[in-house]
Amino acid sequence: MCGIAGIMNFRSAVPPSRAELKDMIEAVYHRGPDGYGYFTNQKVGLAHARLSIIDITGGDQPIRNEDQTIQVVFNGEIFNYLELRKALIKLGHRFYTHSDTEVIVHLYEQYGLEFVAHLNGQFAIALWDDNHQRLVIARDRVGIRPLFYTENDGRLYFASEIKSLFSHPSIPRKLNLRSLQEIFTFWTTLPPNSLFDGIKTLPPGSMMINERGERKIIKYWDWDFSPDNVDNNRSAEDWAEELKSLMVDSVRLQLRADVPVGAYLSGGLDSSVITSLIKNFTDTPLRTFSVGFDDKEFDESRYQQELVDYLDTQHSHVVCKHSDIANAFPKVIWHTESTILRTAPTPLMLLSGAVEEAGYKVVLTGEGADEVFGGYDIFKEAKVRRFWSHSPNSKWRPLILQRLYPYLKHSPTGSGTFSQNFFQQGLEDIDKPYFAHIPRWATTQRGLQFLSDEAKSAIEQQIRFDDINSLLPKNIHRWKPLNQDQYIEANTLLSGYLLSSQGDRVAMANSIEARFPFLDHRVIEFASQLPNRYKIMGLNEKYMLKKAMLGLIPDRIRNRSKQPYRAPDSQSFIIDGKPIDYVAYLLSEERIRHSGYFNPKAVSLLLKKCIKGRAVGFADNMAFVGILSTMLVDEMFLSEQKPCAMDFP
Amino acid sequence: MSVEAKIRNYILENYLFSDDQALLNSKDSFLEKGILDSTGILEVIYFLEEDFKIKIDDEEMIPENLDSVNNIVNFIEHKSA
Repeated sequence: MCGIAGIMNFRSAVPPSRAELKDMIEAVYHRGPDGYGYFTNQKVGLAHARLSIIDITGGDQPIRNEDQTIQVVFNGEIFNYLELRKALIKLGHRFYTHSDTEVIVHLYEQYGLEFVAHLNGQFAIALWDDNHQRLVIARDRVGIRPLFYTENDGRLYFASEIKSLFSHPSIPRKLNLRSLQEIFTFWTTLPPNSLFDGIKTLPPGSMMINERGERKIIKYWDWDFSPDNVDNNRSAEDWAEELKSLMVDSVRLQLRADVPVGAYLSGGLDSSVITSLIKNFTDTPLRTFSVGFDDKEFDESRYQQELVDYLDTQHSHVVCKHSDIANAFPKVIWHTESTILRTAPTPLMLLSGAVEEAGYKVVLTGEGADEVFGGYDIFKEAKVRRFWSHSPNSKWRPLILQRLYPYLKHSPTGSGTFSQNFFQQGLEDIDKPYFAHIPRWATTQRGLQFLSDEAKSAIEQQIRFDDINSLLPKNIHRWKPLNQDQYIEANTLLSGYLLSSQGDRVAMANSIEARFPFLDHRVIEFASQLPNRYKIMGLNEKYMLKKAMLGLIPDRIRNRSKQPYRAPDSQSFIIDGKPIDYVAYLLSEERIRHSGYFNPKAVSLLLKKCIKGRAVGFADNMAFVGILSTMLVDEMFLSEQKPCAMDFP
Repeated sequence: MSVEAKIRNYILENYLFSDDQALLNSKDSFLEKGILDSTGILEVIYFLEEDFKIKIDDEEMIPENLDSVNNIVNFIEHKSA
């Protein structure tokens, strides 16, 4: 795990300098505190910050080929590097290190731009090919590792994090109001947008090729749920057997490292699967980490402890208080570099801090299982709403909604007829591929009412749910509804929020690499063949995963209703009836007016509601966290001459 | 302050985040106008029970009683009668 940065000239005559690259890469020191490396020529400059995990002594980057015409910097891991290396040596390639990076160089020599299809891993890669005068930047299939780019003055700049780009004096810094509205709808900007004007993200599964003044971006992989993939002829037992062996292999590959590897334990099914597989099928000593809350509404310590006892693991537990969230939140935003709508990344940053303190650099986590195997409430909710839409006047069909969200103190299904009216939203849009997401997006958009009149009028066309269509595959209308739901979830919330703000960024804040066995592309491709009845059986989510793990994890954990990971939101920032100091400052009418994004009066009334403890629903809490995080972005990235972290407590 | 004014101010401040009386007609349906979502209505019920010292039963949680300022005023007057 590391950070990368680079510059390519396409019209500029000024060669990229080491000093420019140094500023850029030092901005992401936290991603790679073990050393820096550079490559420069007249056309291109590459920089690398290294977190040593594989081939500690020999893996310094850039890595080159035999005649030094190919140079690579890379952030991430290639899990199948041993197999690739062996095959490439057979083909005549000579290696000078034992690092996973070097397989990229030789794969490129062997297969050209097809090299990326051979990689099983999580990566952001920059590769310079001197013979073709070609720069390739590429990102892993599902968007685990970040990669941003921008153009300015005849140059392409790219980096693992936006703060690297902003550390270059020529890159302008301005918040993009359309992107802000996208987040207040979809929870994320829609690729390639970032929160900032002119700064783009390379979409997951894509590579950009810059060659002889031309640039193209190609999608080399995508989630594919075409009905033609589905195999209806196999027995459930057969599927379960294959899934188990695939997961064992995925975990085995992702444990590869020259440093010890730990695992997160949430108390839910997914991390239980990962930890059980480590325990039962590998020689790796099991070392686990979990986070709990002193606020019982959010706490899952009981289930975590049950699994710790069952697996007999060496375990560390972090207890998170409201004040911990408030104190750490500015640092979280420094790392997410984006407006976020939930505080949930914050406890995970505190947890990665505990991992770092324990001397670990790598953890395996259960993220991705819900998208791949159909675990989310939104999928079940949509299933009920679709069932209801067959007979919209039915009195009893919507009653099934009451089986959803049993874990919520203030459940959206708890207000009788009103709940039904809420979930009835968009029932007429049954044919839209985003049908499942309409209630969530409608709730999230309530935050738009806090925008200032200037911010609302600054964009030509208001955000529409149909904007998502530009991201969708052309044949998605042929897919089954659940698969449409899965695709949209994977391409919005997963890549744009869970793997970034709640994943890579808060782990790398403490120089920790998170790995995701459920997001091995072989697992995803397996699940795309699995009939939907084996994903959600009735309203039993992740049916096949549970079946495959029979006997490996305690039945109580296996059969437990899913409780999504959440953290206290607005109430974290109010202590003894008052907002804590930086919140009071950032949400003051004067500061809000000065930034221009939000309506000062509306924000003050929202704050008043939070202080009274009356902001209990999702909409108010998302608006509050969204406004506060936007103001922190403004404070740290836009108000100073250079991006500048607040004085973190 | 009248019951209607109290409820109007509560809805304006807590869901429309404004003190502009023109934004809310007492006949407006909270659901149709998107003023409340489903947890919003739970907050309103909590407010009514606390501030008007009444108890609202599950079967009374219906739009006819709670979906506009006017409906709430009528409902409270009926409950208090």
